[in-house]
Amino acid sequence: MISLTWQWLIDPATWTGPGGIIAQSITHLRISVVALVLAALVAVPVGLFIGHTGRGRWLAINLAGAFRAIPSLGVLFVATLLLLPRLSGDLAFELPVVLVLVLLAVPPVLSGTYAGVEAVDPAARDAARGVGMTETQILWQVEFPAALPLLISGLRSAMLQIIATATIAAIVGIGGLGRYLIDGQASRQYEVMAGGAIVVALLALLVDLVMAGVQRIVVSPGLVVAKEH
Amino acid sequence: MIRFESVTKRYPDGTTAVDDLSLEVPRGGITVFVGPSGCGKTTSLRMINRMVEPTEGRILINDEDVADRKPARLRRSIGYVIQHAGLFPHRTVLANVMTVPTLIGWDKGRARTAAMEAIEKVGLTADQASRYPAQLSGGQQQRVGVARALASDPEVVLMDEPFSAVDPLVRTDLQNEVRRLQRELGITVVLVTHDIDEAISLGDHVAVMRQGGHLAQLASPGELLTEPADDFVASFVGKDRGYRKLGFTTTQVESDPEETVALGEDVPAGRGWVLAVDEDGQPLGWVDRQGGSGGPVREEELHRMGSLAEVGDSARVFLDAALSAPSGRGVVVEDGRVVGTVVPERVLEAIRARGGSAA
Repeated sequence: MISLTWQWLIDPATWTGPGGIIAQSITHLRISVVALVLAALVAVPVGLFIGHTGRGRWLAINLAGAFRAIPSLGVLFVATLLLLPRLSGDLAFELPVVLVLVLLAVPPVLSGTYAGVEAVDPAARDAARGVGMTETQILWQVEFPAALPLLISGLRSAMLQIIATATIAAIVGIGGLGRYLIDGQASRQYEVMAGGAIVVALLALLVDLVMAGVQRIVVSPGLVVAKEH
Repeated sequence: MIRFESVTKRYPDGTTAVDDLSLEVPRGGITVFVGPSGCGKTTSLRMINRMVEPTEGRILINDEDVADRKPARLRRSIGYVIQHAGLFPHRTVLANVMTVPTLIGWDKGRARTAAMEAIEKVGLTADQASRYPAQLSGGQQQRVGVARALASDPEVVLMDEPFSAVDPLVRTDLQNEVRRLQRELGITVVLVTHDIDEAISLGDHVAVMRQGGHLAQLASPGELLTEPADDFVASFVGKDRGYRKLGFTTTQVESDPEETVALGEDVPAGRGWVLAVDEDGQPLGWVDRQGGSGGPVREEELHRMGSLAEVGDSARVFLDAALSAPSGRGVVVEDGRVVGTVVPERVLEAIRARGGSAA
């Protein structure tokens, strides 16, 4: 079994071509990135608002908890059934998948963002107001940059979940690395299933590494030394 | 320069933080709001730059009602220093200090120059300007806080418990620094503290406030110690106010001539305490020749000196010098050189001669 999986993984034919790992990885990544960006567009502004004003925190915590309890597969089927008659082409299948992934990614991004803003030293916030920053300036010049480490942590953990879960796209017939899991099972080629799972894990690690690199670049060194002290 | 006119701050829950406060902070100098916790001193300070809005009454700066100005604009024109510095952790020291110049729209070059000047003024180096707050000690961070408040040359600087979070040695340093900066720049500093000693040593004017936001007395530190307005002020300024009052008494204390000796000089036994000096006449220490054997004065037998009084110092310094010297004679110096010594009786005579009791 292990050697079969290895054989499959090192076979050049597995990687190239329209159904190859490279092509499927690109599809997988595309869907994942779209989902993360959409989730961030929703969750970051809401998280900043909650963190800055302190309002709606209770709602956010409960909503995030509820979101986490949603079964991804169930939503996928319901969304597909509802959207399929209204849309056409690949979009009809992709949109439900993206929707599921967005629902999955919103809680970690939301809590990372507002936790980051809430963790800003109250003295720094008081000083920002006291030296004459407007509320908008406090948010963008002090709270947002200081919240970046936790915000990006939220994005990273959301992205890991997205990449792992994006495999369900294959169930509704879309590409992505999930194909190996679904097709492998259908054809009882367990080495393909195992190999596909490994590739998903590797992709997740790789993307996390890239995001860690981005984090190093955009987070102020002052916050890193603050953590070390 | 800053006038409180019947200012009251009541919170929705019914507590009154400040009750009908009227006072005038004079231009220049350091005015200290002091009192026990809950006396409304911080609330009063924060109403000056509209961090807190009064329920009734008004506050005027240079005869202009602060309520007529936009809060953010008003605050940019007033320096603001708080207890834990409140530096922005993601910005370098330089960027922190550039905050206000940038907010008021100075171009980058001008803001940078002003910030570097302010950083030097508070005793930090150009090297420290490129560091982040977390890389500095608490005292250094507070210096950056002061620099940030001064960078745009404000007329008024508000300081809310600026030295409470640093250790005593650093605190004394910072107090001296703020005093020096105030004198040098001629700014008006309004400072809040719960520490009456800090208020008395730092303030030119001290507003003592009591619970419920009432002004108990506004006076100079000397006056506060001599003529406390009521029992509350008297007990708040403390038991040893008679002694502390001496700190504000510049009395001419005549010193007695003192015969000094140099190291290696032969001093016979039985001469008592002898003061050793170096070739410039600067005091080195006391030599005990009350009994025992005489002989040349050796460096290892020198006793610690006690505090020194400089000609022109307050009666408190003279008395302390006399009390802390092992010989019972306080060493008086001028430009570092010994001019004589004083015994406690001398100081007391001088105080009596100046008229009346010390307190």
